[in-house]
Amino acid sequence: MNKVENNKAWFLVLPMLVLVAFSAIIPLMTVVNYSVQDILGRSAFFVGSEWFVQTLNDSRLQSALMRQFAFSFTILAIQVPLGIAIALLMPKKGWQASAVLILITLPLLVPWNVVGSMWQIFTRGDIGLMGYGIRQLGYPYNITRNATDAWVTIIIMDVWHWTPLIALLCYSGLRAIPEAYYQAARIDRASKWAVFRYIQLPKLTNVLVIGVLLRFMHSFMIYAEPFVLTGGGPGSSTTFLSQTLATMAIGQQDLGPSAAFSIIYFLIILAVSYVFYVTIMNMQKDKAENNAGGA
Amino acid sequence: MQWMVWTLPTAIFFSTIASILAGMTVWQLISPTVERKGFLPIATTRGDRLFIGLLTSAYIHLAIVGFTDISLWFALGISILWMVILMRWG
Repeated sequence: MNKVENNKAWFLVLPMLVLVAFSAIIPLMTVVNYSVQDILGRSAFFVGSEWFVQTLNDSRLQSALMRQFAFSFTILAIQVPLGIAIALLMPKKGWQASAVLILITLPLLVPWNVVGSMWQIFTRGDIGLMGYGIRQLGYPYNITRNATDAWVTIIIMDVWHWTPLIALLCYSGLRAIPEAYYQAARIDRASKWAVFRYIQLPKLTNVLVIGVLLRFMHSFMIYAEPFVLTGGGPGSSTTFLSQTLATMAIGQQDLGPSAAFSIIYFLIILAVSYVFYVTIMNMQKDKAENNAGGA
Repeated sequence: MQWMVWTLPTAIFFSTIASILAGMTVWQLISPTVERKGFLPIATTRGDRLFIGLLTSAYIHLAIVGFTDISLWFALGISILWMVILMRWG
């Protein structure tokens, strides 16, 4: 049979393309233009790669980048196992399942800066439940003075806010496993660990990759929560990339260097996302091939 | 266009990217790409290799401009060579 290739459907995406051009491509091109110039009011001077040299060798930005990676990997290392554990413990059906689902989802519905304010009050030493409680136990807890306290608090806050996402994804992944697998495991007298290791975890891989990708990108761009909770302090111990960028671009009006910085930031996110995208696509392809081979 | 503060180098840069994309489209229409496995760990189409090449070229430029005193033209040369290798054997 001769298959006719019809590419006219591409015209249907044209409106979307125009929209994306105005919302993403043209601004991005402008940022690239900014990054090679020194802009003072209405006049602009071409400076070539100077801002890139400056940005890449700026110790403040390098440490913000290191902090950012440390933060993203820490929260992933906590949220992924915790999310899986919660999903495994959640009731499978009945009203308990609905009730737990609603309770688990609640933190996801709170806006970012509200999360920051909530935790700001929660961790205050004089009136906050957590801050006051910890101080009563004898530890001089203070997120505005002690960098470790601030770090731990931000990580707990993010875990509280976003672990439900991983838990929900895993829960839906677990529900999609056919009962026959569990029956087979029971016949083989598989232990709980074996069921988890050889049935549940492999079946969760796809949702976990999506969850990790979402959480990585989200946490890599985190801005409002630490900004409200600690303001980036004490010192700059919790100043992450986006806040450093905002200070440069809006606070100091250093448009050139912050444009160069934005491009580097963008390239990091682009590279990580692409690696994840390829991984997801390859996994699905492998699965399709396996299914075709097995049938 | 004044608000976009165009400069000649960035204009050349973006027109090159645009003409590469246009060229790749025409090439695709004349002879559609076949997914194949080269030295990269994944099977790629022509477009995949172009994207990987452009992204890694950006990193090559950043590494050279940020951490060495070598001329940017050298980075461009390496990137073009890398692109050719990647497109042919990647």
